[in-house]
Amino acid sequence: MTTLDSSKEIKKKESEVSEHHEDFRMFGLITFLIADGMTFAGFFAAYLTYKAVNPLPDGAIYELELPIPTLNTILLLVSSATFHKAGKALLKNKNSDTQKWLIVTALLGITFLICQLFEYFNLPFGLTDNLFASTFYALTGFHGLHVTLGTLMILIISWQTRPKEGRITNQNMFPLEAVELYWHFVDGIWVILFIILYLL
Amino acid sequence: MTISLDSQDPNTKSLQPKGWLRYFSFSLDHKVIGIQYLVCGFLFYLIGGTLASAIRIELASPMSDFMPRDVYNQVLTLHGTIMIFLWIVPVVNGAFGNYLIPFYVGARDMAFPRLNAVAFWLIPPSGLMLVASYFVEGAAQAGWTAYPPLSITTPQSGQIIWIMSVLLLGGSSIFGGINFIATIIKLRRPGLKLMQLPMYCWAMLGTSLLVVLSTPVLAGTLILLSFDIVAHTGFFNPVLGGNVVVYQHLFWFYSHPAVYIMVLPAFGLVSEILPVHSRKPLFGYTTMVFSIMGIVVLGLVVWAHHMFTSGTPPWMRLFFTIATAFIAVPTGIKFFNWVATLWGGKISINSAMLFSCGFIINFVFGGITGVALAQVPFDIHVHDTYFVVAHFHYIVYGGTVFIIFSSIYHWFPKVTGKLMSEKLGILHFAITFIGFNLCFAPQHWLGLNGMPRRVAEYDPQFQFVNQISSVGALLMALSTIPFLVNIFLSIKNGKDSGDNPWNALTPEWLTSSPPPVENWEGEAPLVEEPYGYGKPITQEN
Repeated sequence: MTTLDSSKEIKKKESEVSEHHEDFRMFGLITFLIADGMTFAGFFAAYLTYKAVNPLPDGAIYELELPIPTLNTILLLVSSATFHKAGKALLKNKNSDTQKWLIVTALLGITFLICQLFEYFNLPFGLTDNLFASTFYALTGFHGLHVTLGTLMILIISWQTRPKEGRITNQNMFPLEAVELYWHFVDGIWVILFIILYLL
Repeated sequence: MTISLDSQDPNTKSLQPKGWLRYFSFSLDHKVIGIQYLVCGFLFYLIGGTLASAIRIELASPMSDFMPRDVYNQVLTLHGTIMIFLWIVPVVNGAFGNYLIPFYVGARDMAFPRLNAVAFWLIPPSGLMLVASYFVEGAAQAGWTAYPPLSITTPQSGQIIWIMSVLLLGGSSIFGGINFIATIIKLRRPGLKLMQLPMYCWAMLGTSLLVVLSTPVLAGTLILLSFDIVAHTGFFNPVLGGNVVVYQHLFWFYSHPAVYIMVLPAFGLVSEILPVHSRKPLFGYTTMVFSIMGIVVLGLVVWAHHMFTSGTPPWMRLFFTIATAFIAVPTGIKFFNWVATLWGGKISINSAMLFSCGFIINFVFGGITGVALAQVPFDIHVHDTYFVVAHFHYIVYGGTVFIIFSSIYHWFPKVTGKLMSEKLGILHFAITFIGFNLCFAPQHWLGLNGMPRRVAEYDPQFQFVNQISSVGALLMALSTIPFLVNIFLSIKNGKDSGDNPWNALTPEWLTSSPPPVENWEGEAPLVEEPYGYGKPITQEN
């Protein structure tokens, strides 16, 4: 109560004009991504447990072909780099460059999804064949959902960075930074997924 | 500049409805959202309580004569799910957290007010979905744990609606958790140090960490379970080569922390209430903080103690027994801190204090049976018996629900500016305390003698003790009446409480009651000693 009295004189004007605090939207997003990462962690834990304790029925062991997922890994890693380029361009106020790099990133994401679908259609097993198949589709499908959402968001922000009347500018970079962080997160998950699912 | 400041824009505010209508709106005011959580949760508590009464009526006789066996299973499934996901978790986190945390950190609202409103408004529709799932062809009947293969082999539309509803509620819970973490870490008033925060902030920080780390795992698990039901995959279906134990691991990885999600905020609330009504500083602030964080860490690594009968290997049993027993240490520290807070204090015997003391007694009893249950030989003996039911209810009802009532009595003057009737409050406490112990204490005996849980029929030798338990349940049901009468009478013509009827020092009392939309006229006060009782000068204020 004593503290109330001491600050009474200055309080009015200052608090009403500027009660600025730092931007913590990124903090919230990081917390959300940790939560999202835990969902993947649950799936990975289930997959690894199945692999350790649930042998597949005879003749049901499927080797996965490596070329397409390797290509996909490269696609996503390159797309992370192009997204980074987009951010750099925005810092230099070159909105049209940003837009180009974002569209390149989105195209890489779409190519990833097409390759993924191509792989799905050429796999020798279906969703319900056995435990390995089900977990494979659950993990890659859940990741693919993330890529799909990410691609949509990239397309939206690339529209919003258009040079005239765009909402995202040098001054308002948060939407771009948020989607960039999300995209790097999705790429990171893919690398883990690639190692655990295809290489192990 | 950010979302939160939008809500402080006078133009935005004028669009918000005034008066009682604002409780039915997409309000961004944390105080309105807190009350929305509380009232919504209480309505579901009444539904869940009705179901509990139905269960106790059925168990008053050894045969399943009140309802058929499958209906009994559906009723207990709905009872468990409603009480956990729609009453305790939203109220003890969402309601009190939203109302109090911005005050405690010296902010005008939560970090993300819009996300906050979304998190609340996910609850009524998913709650209605859950209740509606009972009326479709084939309601969920696999218990609140939804263990496969039972939840898969009775592939009912009700189970799918149940899963969807719990997923939505999990989403709501995660949004709330993110909001609390951001608010407590980032939105603190300049000059306010972490170690000066009221204890409820620490409890909510710990709880929200658990929510963010464990709830997504439940979401993933339930998605896999719904695949098993809808798409006939075999994740958890032994017929198709699946593994039911994996479900149990993933489920309890959420659901054991969920126990702490339900009880840690209650620890925080009781740590707010006891110092005020015994006029003493909270004993052992630092140890309290470290015990909360210790419980958070340990709470994440003890889940398999629910699975000692699920073919767990010996090393796992050893590890989880020891880890679980360790939780007794931070919990014991907290218990002794509360007792030491009361020791030699100038205690006022009012409803809030009585419910808090009731909490301490019940919780210690539930805690002791908890340590007992962590021991493998004992656990194997009483697994899935009424002993577990009794232990669990001593924690969540005797612990958390007692604190919810205590908090309502304590903060009612804050919200309404009116005092509640102490006579009715003490009557409410007496009936609840006697009814609760009459209902659940005998169930320890039932469990030790082998009465299984979740079964509508039992050996006739247990009939008398079950009837005692049912009488207790009847008293608990009746105890709601003086409470509701008290609430309505006090809102209508309760005595004016003034701004600070308890002479409390925590920041929410340093403004008018009810508080203005902005929480404080002018700048938020810097409260460096939220528990500085017993000092002559501050007490005079």
